Amino acid sequence: MGSYLIKRFFLMLLTLFGISVLIFVMLRIVPGNIADIVFNAAGMIDVTEKAKLEKELGLDQPIAVQYVQWIGGLMHGDFGYSYVSEKPALQEILPRIPITAKLAGLALTFAVLFGVPLGVISAVKQNSKLDYLLRVISLSGLSMPAFWLGLLILMAFVKYFGTIPIYSSAPLGFWQTLGLYSIPAAAVGFRSSALMMRLTRSSMLEVLRQDYIRTARAKGASDNNVNFHHALRNAALPVITVIGIEAAFLMGGLIVTETVFNIPGVARFLVEAIRWRDYPIVQNLVMFIAVVAVSINFLIDLLYAALDPRIKYS
Amino acid sequence: MRTTFLALPTAALAVFTAFAAQAAEPKHGGILHIYHRETPPGLSIHEEATFSVNAPAMPIFNNLVIYDQHKPQNSMATIVPELADSWSWSSDNLSLTFKLHQGVKWHDGQPFTAKDVKCTFDLLQGKGQDKFRKNPRKDLFNNIKEVTTNGDYEVTLHLGRPQPSLLAMLASGYTPMYACHVSTAQMRTHPIGTGPFKFVEFKQNESIKLERNPDYWKKSLPYLDGIEYTIIPNRATAVLAFVAGKVDMTFPTEMTAALEKDIKAQDPSAICEIAPINVSSNLIVNREKPPFDNLELRKALALALDRKAFIDIIFQGQADAGGTLLPPPEGVWGMPPEMLKTIPGYGDVHKDREQARAILAKFGYTASNPLKIKVSTRNLATYRDPAVVLIDQLKTINIDAELEPVESSQWFAKVARNDYSVGLNLTGNGIDDPDQAFYENYACGSERNYTHYCNKELEALFDKQSVETDVEKRRKMVWDIDKELQEDVARPILMHARSGTCWKPYVKNVTIMNNSAYNGYRYEDLWLDK
Repeated sequence: MGSYLIKRFFLMLLTLFGISVLIFVMLRIVPGNIADIVFNAAGMIDVTEKAKLEKELGLDQPIAVQYVQWIGGLMHGDFGYSYVSEKPALQEILPRIPITAKLAGLALTFAVLFGVPLGVISAVKQNSKLDYLLRVISLSGLSMPAFWLGLLILMAFVKYFGTIPIYSSAPLGFWQTLGLYSIPAAAVGFRSSALMMRLTRSSMLEVLRQDYIRTARAKGASDNNVNFHHALRNAALPVITVIGIEAAFLMGGLIVTETVFNIPGVARFLVEAIRWRDYPIVQNLVMFIAVVAVSINFLIDLLYAALDPRIKYS
Repeated sequence: MRTTFLALPTAALAVFTAFAAQAAEPKHGGILHIYHRETPPGLSIHEEATFSVNAPAMPIFNNLVIYDQHKPQNSMATIVPELADSWSWSSDNLSLTFKLHQGVKWHDGQPFTAKDVKCTFDLLQGKGQDKFRKNPRKDLFNNIKEVTTNGDYEVTLHLGRPQPSLLAMLASGYTPMYACHVSTAQMRTHPIGTGPFKFVEFKQNESIKLERNPDYWKKSLPYLDGIEYTIIPNRATAVLAFVAGKVDMTFPTEMTAALEKDIKAQDPSAICEIAPINVSSNLIVNREKPPFDNLELRKALALALDRKAFIDIIFQGQADAGGTLLPPPEGVWGMPPEMLKTIPGYGDVHKDREQARAILAKFGYTASNPLKIKVSTRNLATYRDPAVVLIDQLKTINIDAELEPVESSQWFAKVARNDYSVGLNLTGNGIDDPDQAFYENYACGSERNYTHYCNKELEALFDKQSVETDVEKRRKMVWDIDKELQEDVARPILMHARSGTCWKPYVKNVTIMNNSAYNGYRYEDLWLDK
């Protein structure tokens, strides 16, 4: 196990290095840089001033030199300065992480709380009216875009309650935070819960047909014990994989939801930074999302072993 | 009995009048919430060219002079004093002297003096030690040869030639006074002004907050405790936020006719106003490269345009046909309709297109052998949509055009490289004044003269109209110049957009400028009747 952990750790570092090179090169391949955009916003091009700005920001250096400067800075905790706000990149990025983390956490909680139990019920009550109803709900969750659902929710709130649950200032206290994030989290979580519901259902159906389930029933175990202890534990592995993938996605992929509900989170900020070619922000933010994704994958791998004793890492 | 009969309505009238007077009395306090359409590129007005900056930054600053904030039409007659108590021209019209208001302080407590005025013009002309990162309106102040101060409260601008419209440029929201002691870098991120509101914070993608300046030099102003701009780039969310009362006012000029209708249906009490914004959609035609290096082909292109179709399709009728200058009645200098009709391309569309086809046929381009070109434009809906209509119209004169959407960041670089044939462009005019429009867009060598149009004879006429002090005489000269620019296909104007702003009825003292979208955001006497 110890050697496996060390191997995985170095693999993680290698993955992060690959991502850092990829994002760095891809950003430079995209046409235009901050200097182009700064002048574009003013409707003019001043070649001399543009060159001066590029020099000031170090964009006139060869790509390899820029890369080494960036990585070297990261090693020393220097994340650079945002080209747009001219503030330290870390100061711009850090406040947005808890915002997205809260939204993603709530969405994931919603998805797991609804998706897994309803998936189990759907499998246990296979081909019943309830099963059909739950399958229709899960299908609609998968086929309904989150932004459309979000807009419908907003319109309904405005029409029936005369208010709109969007972010306009930082919430104060637990209940205000919960109130602010729960609606967008439900809009996002609905799709995730549908995915988990379907996956749990199909996994459970497969497990419920296994011999050891029949044995458990023959030994007189209760339905709940069979379904949630014997069956769900074994059916959970693919579901946990999806939870991991969803968690990583939610940390950086909520652009549409953040836009519709006007949440100043990581994803919206990342898109805006890409639009401005704000390299320090984009590079550091992508690296942060990559670290989160890689770490979650690592944790999921460890969780496999905890859930299924047959899995041994060496 | 008769007395009582008369006394009752009189008393009622008196009570009503008293209530009305009370209701009309401005109240102090409250935060005005406005949504912002995007994260602005910075808050340094002098370095930017979008009202995404002017709207939130204008309340921070003051000008020497300003357009009366409650007269919708900006003109020389509506210019009023601001930091300058008065101004006077020398007898030869070559010096403009301002007497400055005394006791004005910057938001950091430093006194405002004539030195700050000199510093501002030094920055604008690139003469100071500190420099702007970009200086889009540098050319507007080329005529200022020297700025001299006389003590702390008098400053004189010395001009190369008489230029009455200099005052118009100084009155624009684009010309605030900057402090000598604050760097240009700080002005971009944490501006210091003398205006009614102090900068508090600017969070990208989130909000811009301003608070009341308690030491504002206009006593008892501003009425509001602050202004908060919540950045809501998604228009559907923004409209719903307005209807739900989360914001008191929409971002200026963001409402289309359809959106305005939608808002009024959901909130009948909302006040909405649609007005021209002095932003034109136009064509930039590459006159240095084939095929449009040929004047006849350029004329054929202009003859293909059906402006009414553009206006109906793109703006549901909420736009105006005109020349370079915004057309009347809102525009002060635009050509009258009867003159406009005499310009090729503005008259009978069928006849014009017949003529265009004949020109193209002369060069061998027919229905079976059309002229193939690309129409380049920024890959944004406001640019792309009219470009698509243009392509459709060009087909009628046997020009087979293909849309070339250009990544926004690359647009001006591409145009500067002359790497286009026909481009669809938007031009916003900060002020409704011929000097700004002509020198910025058509003068030889101007940075914003994208097509490199250069007509020395016409440029001499630019100067001639510029020095003319008789407004009526100048207007006629301007019309002639504008007509020639259109006939010369310098930059065919497709239409002048109109767009709207909505606000809740309790927001008082809002005036929407109807010939510029850049000048009406001081907001010092806006108040909330809540």
